[in-house]
This record gives sequence, C-alpha cells and structure tokens, in this order.
Amino acid sequence: MSPETQGRRTPGADLPDHPDRLWRPAEPKRAYDVVIVGGGGHGLATAYYLAKNHGITDVAVLERGWLAGGNMARNTTIIRSNYLWDESAGIYEHALKLWEGLEEDLGYPLLFSQRGVLNLAHSLQDVRDSVRRVNANRLNGVDAEWLTPEQVKEVCPIVDISPDVRYPVLGGTYQPRAGIAKHDYVAWGFAKAASDLGVDMIEHCEVTGLDVRDGRVTGVRTTRGAIAAGKVALAAAGHSSVVAGYAGVSLPVQSHPLQALVSELLEPVHPTVVMSNAVHVYVSQAHKGELVMGAGIDAANSYRQRGAFHIIERQMSAALELFPVFARAHVLRTWGGVVDVTPDASPIVGLTPVENLYVNCGWGTGGFKATPGVGWCYAHTVATGEPHPLNAPFSLDRFTTGKLVDEHGAAAVAH
Amino acid sequence: MLLIPCPWCGPRDEAEFHYGGQAHIAYPDNPAALSDEEWARYLFFRDNPKGPFAERWSHTAGCRRWFNVVRDTATNEIHAVYRVGEPRPVTA
Repeated sequence: MSPETQGRRTPGADLPDHPDRLWRPAEPKRAYDVVIVGGGGHGLATAYYLAKNHGITDVAVLERGWLAGGNMARNTTIIRSNYLWDESAGIYEHALKLWEGLEEDLGYPLLFSQRGVLNLAHSLQDVRDSVRRVNANRLNGVDAEWLTPEQVKEVCPIVDISPDVRYPVLGGTYQPRAGIAKHDYVAWGFAKAASDLGVDMIEHCEVTGLDVRDGRVTGVRTTRGAIAAGKVALAAAGHSSVVAGYAGVSLPVQSHPLQALVSELLEPVHPTVVMSNAVHVYVSQAHKGELVMGAGIDAANSYRQRGAFHIIERQMSAALELFPVFARAHVLRTWGGVVDVTPDASPIVGLTPVENLYVNCGWGTGGFKATPGVGWCYAHTVATGEPHPLNAPFSLDRFTTGKLVDEHGAAAVAH
Repeated sequence: MLLIPCPWCGPRDEAEFHYGGQAHIAYPDNPAALSDEEWARYLFFRDNPKGPFAERWSHTAGCRRWFNVVRDTATNEIHAVYRVGEPRPVTA
C-alpha cells in the first residue's frame, strides 16, 4: 500500500456490490391465508406449488433458523423412486418425474445428475427381496434392473465383488434414472421461485404455539409475535412431534439423530450412487469431489444434531470393505440431523384431527428425494382440504385402520 | 456416544447397550376390549418429547439386564437410572 492511500481507503471499498438476493427477506405480517411451519425443502416446495398450481400467494414460510439449514442442509442428496409398494411408487415416481424437469421449471440450476443408484444385496434374503422389488418397480413403471456382481462392477468399478469379503456382493438393483442434486441449490431454487410469486420467507422465527379454537387452528405464536392463519401446514421434520403437540395432536413418530460425512476432495472415482441396506452405508461422490456417505440412525431418541461415534465407525468399516480404494481417504467433517421416523418407514402427509391444520412428517431418513413430489401433493392437500390421491394412502389414520405402507425393505437405512 | 451408568455394572459406553424405547408402557389389561384407536395408541404411538424421557436400555454386552433411564433428549444428559419395576424418579 502506498503512503498516499494508507489510512484513507475503507477496506473492501473496491469490492463489487452484493449480488441480488435470491428471495425477499420479509417481516411477518399479522395474518396469512396459509402459514407453513418449517423452511426446509418440503416447506419451500409446498409454498412454491401453493402459489404456482393453486394461485395461493398469501403464504408465509416460518423457519426457526436460517432457510434450509436443518435436514435440507444435512442430507446425502440421493434421489430415487425404487420403493416396493404401489403407494410409494406413486409419490416417489411423481417426485422423480418432477425432478427431471425441475431446473427448467424453477429457472435455477440444481446440479441434478441422473447417475443411477445401485442397491447392493449381501445375502440370499437380500437377493430375493431385491429381485421382488425390481419386479414390483417394473409393474409400476419405475425403471429397475437386477444386476449380477459382474454387472455391478461394470456400473461401479471401485466396488469389491470378491466373494471372500465380510459383506460379499451377491448382486444389486439398479435404477438408472436415479441420482443426486445439489441440496442447497434445490432449496434456493424453490425459495426464489416462491418468493417471486409473492410468498414471504421469514427466517429466525420459531413457532412456540398453535392457536386452536373449537377444533380449528386459527394461527401460530412465534418468537416474532402472533400470526393469524387461515390454514397451518406443518413441515417441521424432526421437530414435528413438538409442533403438532402445541395443538394437542400426537404423531406416531420418534426423533433420532442421523449422521453423514464427507471426505476431502478427490479425483472422480465413483460414477454412481451405491447403497447397502445390510451394512448401513450409502455413498456417492459430489460434483466437487467429496465422497458423501450416510450412516444409519442412532438407536436412541434425541433432538441433538449429532450422533454417536460408534455409528460412524461401523459405517466406515463397512464402506472400506465395499470400497478398498477409500482406505487412504480422509474424513473432512461429520454432522448429524434429527429425523422423524414412523413405525412403517413411510411418511405421514395429510389432514389432522384439528381443522385446517395439516401435517407432513415422518419422512425419516429419506425426505430429500421426495421434495418436489411432496410439495406438489401437500400443496394440493392444503389448498383443497382433501388429500391428493398420491398422498391419500399416507394418512395419519392408517395407524388406526392398520393399512400400513411397510417400506423398511426399500427405505435403505435402518429405522 | 453416551456414557450410561448401568445400575449393576457402572458406567459403560453406549455401544454395550441395546435401546428399548419408551419405558412404562404396560400391556393392555383387557386387550379384547380395546377399540381400534386404543390399539393404535398401544402399538404405534410413543411419547417423543424434546426434554426428559423415561426409556429402557439393556446392557447386552454386560450383565444383559434391562433397566430404565431418564434422559433429556435435548441435551442427552442422563438424570436418573433405576431398575425395572421401580417408579420413575422425580427429576429436576
């Protein structure tokens, strides 16, 4: 720095202007037609489709932290629709079809990459279940193939298919249209598009109560004051029990930490996504180069966004068996999110016993892939007061009628 | 990882234990008399508080006995450990 300028220039004065914000920061109004509790992917997608598909724009998305800073920032971004039952195929495949046109629809890049997903089988029972699931997928119009170990190796050359390892690969299911997307971009794309249509994004606004009169919800109480609402749509993931409890609604969900980790940046070695139900690990390589790995849930209930180390240790040892090439990779960071798990590993989307109060929860370890699909269907449910046909099977009352949608086999992570 | 004070063996790593979910859920006295709603409650609905929670643990890699713990799910702090059959202690 020359003596002339020293002390006269403001540091940073030469920097370019702050880029345009993607969404309008909004102050909470006193009332909205619809208040969405939870500014994660599901809440944002619901707001977008409420505005776009139903013309409902007097909508606030309330987020207790920063937008999409909960599980939307913590998931492993896997997108697929190869679930077993017709009900699940319906909603997950609807989501996948929306993903396929979403960048264009939102006018925002999402790094959506259909690089395929392999679900490995390590035991004869795995093989039988997997082949059955492939057949079920095909009957539902979901792309699915059963691959032999050699075919698995062709799709993903770094998988060790030798028969003498701890978890021998006996084959795998493959969904070529599955893949990954950049989770932050997905949230930002939905937030921008919804904001452009008039939705208010209100961050650092925690819901602390729900006002219910004569069996009908009339508003929310928040850390930024009371807000009246014609309808309230919950999309609070791990905190669903807490929020629904404000209205006296019990949910059959339990909150658990779910962990994931990334390695440092590495050259491209992993062309697809590999999931292994039996050993609780799922791996892909992000565009930037990190290996992204998810673990299973911690057994004990907790609302802490960190899990136990022995879960990570187990997951890493399983990953190393499958991918010996990872032996020299270093963990860059690990983290956890709080997921709400249902007894049948399927979500709850629909009406509640309280009028005008709607619930979307119970996505457990796999909500990211459903983001556009559930946003579409939940928006329909909130707008019309009736479940969309694709989320009707995922009602809260299925636990009373007994018509469960058991997806423990396809949900991939131990519930 | 939790450090869980087993009432018989003392403090041990969480990895030695098996989790059993909410404590004090009694089998219905007269199952035949339950309505569908009551069955649903018994089978599928458990408390999920953000705060103190009475839960069951089994020391599977140690004494193999079941016992109860009051743990705060917001902090993971363990407030009390007590034996099966004992009432839930009053904790702060």
